Amino acid sequence: MAERHRYPKGPTTYVLRALVVAYLALLVAWPVALVVTNTFEHGDEALRTILEDPDMQAALRLTAVAAVVATAINTVFGVSVSLLLVRNQFPGKRALSALLDLPLSVSPIVVGLALVLVYGGRNGWFGPSLEESGFQVIFSTPGIIMATAFVSLPLVIREVVPVLQELGTEQEQAAQSLGASGWQTFWRITLPSIKWAVIYGVVLTLARSLGEFGAVKVVSGNILGETRTATLAVEEKYLNFDQEGAYAIAFLLASVSVLAILVVFVLRSREARR
Amino acid sequence: MSVQIEEVRPAPTRRTPTHDLTRTSGIGLGVTMTWFSLLVLIPLAAVVTTAAAGGWGGFWRAVSNDQTAAAIRLTVTAAFGVTAVNVVIGTVIAWVLVRDRFPGKGMLELVIDIPFALPTIVAGLVLASLYGNDSPLGLNLVNSGWSVYLAFLFVTLPFVVRTVQPVLEELDQEIEEAAASLGASRFTTFRRIILPALTPAIAAGAALSFARAMGEYGSLVLLSGNLPFTSEVTSVRILSAIENDNRATAAAIATLLLLISLLVIVVLDVIQRRVASRG
Repeated sequence: MAERHRYPKGPTTYVLRALVVAYLALLVAWPVALVVTNTFEHGDEALRTILEDPDMQAALRLTAVAAVVATAINTVFGVSVSLLLVRNQFPGKRALSALLDLPLSVSPIVVGLALVLVYGGRNGWFGPSLEESGFQVIFSTPGIIMATAFVSLPLVIREVVPVLQELGTEQEQAAQSLGASGWQTFWRITLPSIKWAVIYGVVLTLARSLGEFGAVKVVSGNILGETRTATLAVEEKYLNFDQEGAYAIAFLLASVSVLAILVVFVLRSREARR
Repeated sequence: MSVQIEEVRPAPTRRTPTHDLTRTSGIGLGVTMTWFSLLVLIPLAAVVTTAAAGGWGGFWRAVSNDQTAAAIRLTVTAAFGVTAVNVVIGTVIAWVLVRDRFPGKGMLELVIDIPFALPTIVAGLVLASLYGNDSPLGLNLVNSGWSVYLAFLFVTLPFVVRTVQPVLEELDQEIEEAAASLGASRFTTFRRIILPALTPAIAAGAALSFARAMGEYGSLVLLSGNLPFTSEVTSVRILSAIENDNRATAAAIATLLLLISLLVIVVLDVIQRRVASRG
């Protein structure tokens, strides 16, 4: 991109640049770097202790399972809803597209409360009858998955909808006029064209899901070895003065989220160059 | 940043007045809406219903309790303060990212997205290590009201930047050049040409950042100490009501938060619609 600068680079440019760099360093870069130095203060001992602790293994496994299942649900849901919103007309469409953003501005604690009020085993709306049929939601894995799916619900949709709108329907119509079925059109034409948007959405959803804390805290009951997730373990270790352990788990979680951003960043700049 | 649906002009053929769903897409709509209702709409309705069951008196008692009112005041003040900071610094960051060029700029892009993906509990932990007891900076904000501002600033960082940045990229620089060649100073060009074009995006980002701050919880756990009347926010009050099995109170405070979120979403929608119709 060739840029013409009408104004010469004056002192303002450098002042603003310095301001931005300093602000981001103090607010984000430096604090995040400290998690690395604090974790490896005594070599990799802290990290090894965490990885060998069976309770922590269970916590990490639970976090991974909840995040993967929630991401899978949100991906299928997100792609379907995006297609419906962009390609179809139906009553209530505007309201729906506004409501889909709701999970991003609801407090995680309210998310937890909402799920407990409906699925709580003792006096929730559906909870008691679900438990009678042997399906426990709250204080159990399904509740953790629902809380996780709730908070990361719109992320795939936000990535896919703009791409679908740009795409138009010409290719799909061409495929259909050549006799392709709805499924064939979707798999062969639509999905390949929205592939990257779906991948960004999935990566962001996964990162957000791995890190959910407040909503999971309310619905999980935080039972050691059973419903304690990795983020809950960070809190518990820190409050019990096991700072090294807290930093080690935090380091694992932070690495995954930074990696996720890095993946999206690299893919995006590659696409922009094309 | 909101999901925005362009009105696609419908094909004149095969269309009933209200919808154009085929059987497959009809079933798809049914399944997705059932899941959306079970996961989001019914639970949120349960919060509002539980709050309403206590009547207006119960609702008012819950939110006007001294400690709760103090928490709400702190949350709203901090959310407004942080949003004001974001409006300025977020626009400046977007400006530097779009118009300036220097080595290492790509790193800044990465750093801005970190608060979005970093688990909130980890955010609190890392902030506590730089601004806590053994702070390398010699600042100790932990357990003070300022820690709330700090945590809010961290988690809301990306919103204004990421809404303003694309608009600034699209902006036609020729108009600025024209203004400059007609003798406008740099500041006048910014105020009269650039700022009006950015205002809707800034407003949208501000609304998102305000809503996010209002509901924040995770990053405060290890940072603010949750001291009543000093550093306790609304989400913490809801959580303690849940833990005391006082669901009516929890639901009442939560409803207040939901109402504020909803208001923000409506404002956001109106702003974006206005921009869409102007563009």
